[in-house]
Amino acid sequence: MSRVQQAFSGGKAFVAFITCGDPDLETTYKVVRAMEQAGADLIELGIPFSDPTAEGPVIQAANARALKNGVTTDKIFDMVKRLRADGLKVPLVFMTYANVVFSYGTERFLEKAKEVGMDGLILPDVPFEEKEEFAPACRACGLDFISLIAPTSENRIAMIAREAEGFVYCVSSLGVTGVRSEITTDVASLVRLVKEANPAIPCAVGFGISTPEQAAQMASVSDGAIVGSAIVKLLEKHGRDAEGPVREYVARMKAALRGL
Amino acid sequence: MSKGRFGIHGGQYMPETLMNAVIELEEAYNFYKNDEGFNAELTELLNEYAGRPSRLYYARRMTQDLSGAKIYLKREDLNHTGAHKINNVLGQALLAKKMGKTRLIAETGAGQHGVATATAAALMDMECVVFMGEEDTRRQALNVYRMRLLGAKVVPVTTGTATLKDAVSEAMREWTSRISDTHYCLGSVMGPHPFPTIVRDFQSVISKEIKQQLQEKEGRLPDAVLACVGGGSNAIGAFYHFIGDKGVRLIGCEAAGRGVDTPETAATIATGRLGIFHGMKSYFCQDEYGQIAPVYSISAGLDYPGIGPEHAYLHDIGRAEYVAVTDEEAVEAFEYMSRLEGIIPAIESAHAVAHARKLAPTMGRDQIIVVNISGRGDKDCASIARYRGEDIAE
Repeated sequence: MSRVQQAFSGGKAFVAFITCGDPDLETTYKVVRAMEQAGADLIELGIPFSDPTAEGPVIQAANARALKNGVTTDKIFDMVKRLRADGLKVPLVFMTYANVVFSYGTERFLEKAKEVGMDGLILPDVPFEEKEEFAPACRACGLDFISLIAPTSENRIAMIAREAEGFVYCVSSLGVTGVRSEITTDVASLVRLVKEANPAIPCAVGFGISTPEQAAQMASVSDGAIVGSAIVKLLEKHGRDAEGPVREYVARMKAALRGL
Repeated sequence: MSKGRFGIHGGQYMPETLMNAVIELEEAYNFYKNDEGFNAELTELLNEYAGRPSRLYYARRMTQDLSGAKIYLKREDLNHTGAHKINNVLGQALLAKKMGKTRLIAETGAGQHGVATATAAALMDMECVVFMGEEDTRRQALNVYRMRLLGAKVVPVTTGTATLKDAVSEAMREWTSRISDTHYCLGSVMGPHPFPTIVRDFQSVISKEIKQQLQEKEGRLPDAVLACVGGGSNAIGAFYHFIGDKGVRLIGCEAAGRGVDTPETAATIATGRLGIFHGMKSYFCQDEYGQIAPVYSISAGLDYPGIGPEHAYLHDIGRAEYVAVTDEEAVEAFEYMSRLEGIIPAIESAHAVAHARKLAPTMGRDQIIVVNISGRGDKDCASIARYRGEDIAE
């Protein structure tokens, strides 16, 4: 079982996302540690991209802030290295866009990622049809290449689930990332289709989740809840002082998943 | 290797949410492209509504002035809505209609594709939303008004550089949020498969006509075909039926902006490198970490950091050449053709005219250049006047 998959072995998982370098890497370092301490089971580290086409306004703005402040892929590698050296245990996956990895040199990027202590990679602009370009190279480095399914995936779900590694990222709704007042997709039946095709693969739900109630609702029909924009909003609001508010928020979200 | 490849380029680098939509589009296109009824309907629209075939005009005065190769102008500027964009839009709108879609969304740079999409939507009684960089809504205010007049909603895009690439990103985001009734009418030979192929096929009418028309007028093939390249739809349209004719030079004219040695350029082949963006693998202007560069050109239609995958491939195999033309050269060509031929070209097309001015004198009088005048320049008059230091009310 991979480290990413292990994140789901202790009950419903809380998966937290943060954009690296927003507003600076020192804050990211502190917030990641705080999220682990508050109970996050898996952390997605967003490497900012100039044109994040799958993101809503909140994470788009975070990407722009981080890039404006001079964050780069190499500086993020250094930060991860430091986090691991300082004892961070939680499984970590990068979430970024294909060009960030491809442009760095896919093998070079993945080797570096493994070396600094990453466990997996999520590329929202790489569907099943294009994953051969990244998934075997990830496997060679011992990283999980995470697949996504969406409410529109229908006949594709079984095909994707059968080859999934780490966990399946179930996109809860149409559209881009961001807070939603309600999630109307029948997520339970999406998850069921995943499990029918691959009973062993964990399935976590993301996009639109911000409240403990939503997280509990989504996790009750899956293996965990993924939260991004709501955390990034705290960074936007509190900037360098976000560590405390994020710690408190993650603890509250994790508490909502305990006992489910 | 996945579908829709041109050498190593192309592919389908799209969010999972849109994969069934692009697969459904591909299936519908593969069915209708061979459907007699569909083709008859499209030909009728192209001829009777858009005004095809467009003229192939012998530019006598330019030819005399440059005293080299004979210059022919392919007059896509005479199409309804004033540019080549209508060729693709009528095809895609008709296809969308057959697929049961009731709403078209589109990106636009200079506004020509947006106007064409708004036009087709009006004609076919479809809802239309056009995404346009806020910077471009200022540069091309007249086209914004035209789109609204035609019943479309224009959404100014404020993210990123607020130009064409951001309009594409926003149109893609919109498509992921509303798919069942909506077709994304992509305006260039870019994006994920099957768009580069569909758009190329609908634009290839340009080279099909050039070949026939020149055969009638001169009884031969041209020596060179020139077209401006942003994403590259008018260029691929003008090149396509000549790709197999090895003696015909195919020359794409990119926007160098203030020069390829400055950061203010949009010349992708000259300054970009291999990457993955907007659904495709191709060449992109980007920094060492793969961040897409904020490109610049005086021409809103060429102000794009990438190039269509088939152009990238034609470049790789050496079948087409790509040259860079600066703002200043394009503006001079804009003025030059207006004075000499009484034809005001779009500032995009003026990039190809500018290169023709350099190339023609180096060729013999028995040789022939065809320049694709992809659009008309009325929309550019205010901004060119501004470039020359004159502020005119539009």
